[in-house]
Amino acid sequence: MNHRLPLFTRHHPDDILAWRSDGPVSVHRFLAEAHALAARLPAGDWLLNVCSDRYRFAVGFVAGLLAGKTSLQPASQTPGTLADIAARHPGTCCLRDDGFAAAGELPCIDFPELAPSSAHEAAAAEMPEIDAGRIVAILFTSGSTGKPQAQHKTWGRLVANAQAGADRLGLNEAPMNIVATVPAQHSYGFESSFLPAFHGGSPFWAGKPFYPQDVANALAAVPRPRLLVTTPFHLSTLLDAGIPLPGIDVILSATAPLSTKLATRAETRCKAPVMEIYGSTESGQLASRRTTDGPHWTLLAGVSLAQSGDTTTASGRHVEGEVPLGDIIECLPDGRFILTGRHADMINIAGKRTSLAWLNHKLCALPGVRDGAFFLPDVVPERHITRLAACLCAPGMDRTQVLAALRPHIDPAFMPRPLILCDSLPRNTTGKLTRDALQALLTRSKKDV
Amino acid sequence: MSSTPTPEAVDALLPEVAQLIVEALNLETAAEEIEAGAPLFGDGLGLDSIDVLEIALEVSKRYGFQLRSDDENNVRIFASLHALTTHIVANRSK
Repeated sequence: MNHRLPLFTRHHPDDILAWRSDGPVSVHRFLAEAHALAARLPAGDWLLNVCSDRYRFAVGFVAGLLAGKTSLQPASQTPGTLADIAARHPGTCCLRDDGFAAAGELPCIDFPELAPSSAHEAAAAEMPEIDAGRIVAILFTSGSTGKPQAQHKTWGRLVANAQAGADRLGLNEAPMNIVATVPAQHSYGFESSFLPAFHGGSPFWAGKPFYPQDVANALAAVPRPRLLVTTPFHLSTLLDAGIPLPGIDVILSATAPLSTKLATRAETRCKAPVMEIYGSTESGQLASRRTTDGPHWTLLAGVSLAQSGDTTTASGRHVEGEVPLGDIIECLPDGRFILTGRHADMINIAGKRTSLAWLNHKLCALPGVRDGAFFLPDVVPERHITRLAACLCAPGMDRTQVLAALRPHIDPAFMPRPLILCDSLPRNTTGKLTRDALQALLTRSKKDV
Repeated sequence: MSSTPTPEAVDALLPEVAQLIVEALNLETAAEEIEAGAPLFGDGLGLDSIDVLEIALEVSKRYGFQLRSDDENNVRIFASLHALTTHIVANRSK
């Protein structure tokens, strides 16, 4: 794939790329600002773009493209993760907004006020073209070795992914305005809220609304038709708040399985279809379903699955090579498929994913820890997000010390609740640690309190 | 608009808000163990953004107002039990 692909599939300079609190931003204005920012970026191959504002993220991403940089997009922004990524990518510069603090010792640029010069305005008249084979972004997953795993994304594959997703949602015929509750850096937000502005004609709202009232206000700030890009957790919180919502035309959910019950509630309340996207950071987006239609997923055009034992791999179109999936999948004769389970090592807490192996590696690497293991306890009452528990043998350390040592290394969503300190872990005669034994330990520790 | 809460009104509501946090999050900590001034995030109670949404939902149901990110002191509202309780006393409609 050595041909060049334009930054936008279709565009007019006056088209709207994004909505900000002070109004729409045109494609021309955006490109002029990207040129202005590109001129201010320091030398170096890597841009760690942690901007929480989606528009600033986009300006940073395209400025990096223009300046020959690759965008680094970690799954978590803990100080330990950022330091580790920067150490493996010498010369990394961090682009941040809103006083983002976790960057530690990294060289940082605070997103500046941009006043494009006439040269930048002139440059913006030309549509940038990017080599399809160029690696423009590296998305990181936690992997199982304790080191973030780099997933290289070429421009060509990102464009193909975006076009496949836009086709499925009908954005090419009927563009929508996107409000997303997920960050632009993570694969889902990247593919479903950032890329569609470039290859789906669908502008995004610059903010990342958090509270239900924020989501309602963001929706009200953009015209219909509106696409809400969210997660099951954010969607259920939004509906539970019981506040008046502006009209929504399509709701998109990913990162965790959405229950039919919640999807039905959302469709009834919003009078809009609820669609789910299935994919992974490694593979990109693979399939979609309308949740209320049933459990079967339809692959995006050009994507195919292959199976060996209980492992399923995805390939084709925008998928780089053959990518093993974290789910147990049943392929149906008509080409559709059903998710029947998840490989035990994979963890999903309110849409944030990681592996137990990675968490255990981080826990056991702490100084003073002799042995330790995370596990997902039996599910507790319906509304609560079930959190991980961990048991640990660390003579001489108390709970506060362990948690303080662990906190810089793992996302807050995965911090153990509770952390059980014990003299030794309940390993069986072959040294194995079963989930049942860990659950029994948790149950006993609760009785002791 | 919000009014300035009296220290007495805030102190009186502290135990109820502590109990709300414990119940909303299914914490194993007892409500009376949550120190009014200790940080709710990080090294304190160790809460995260998932918890904040869960607490915000319970707050809106019980006290009749919605939390918003453009509230001037949004970061400060969740700084401690005392800060959250002060915000509730100032904004509650029920």
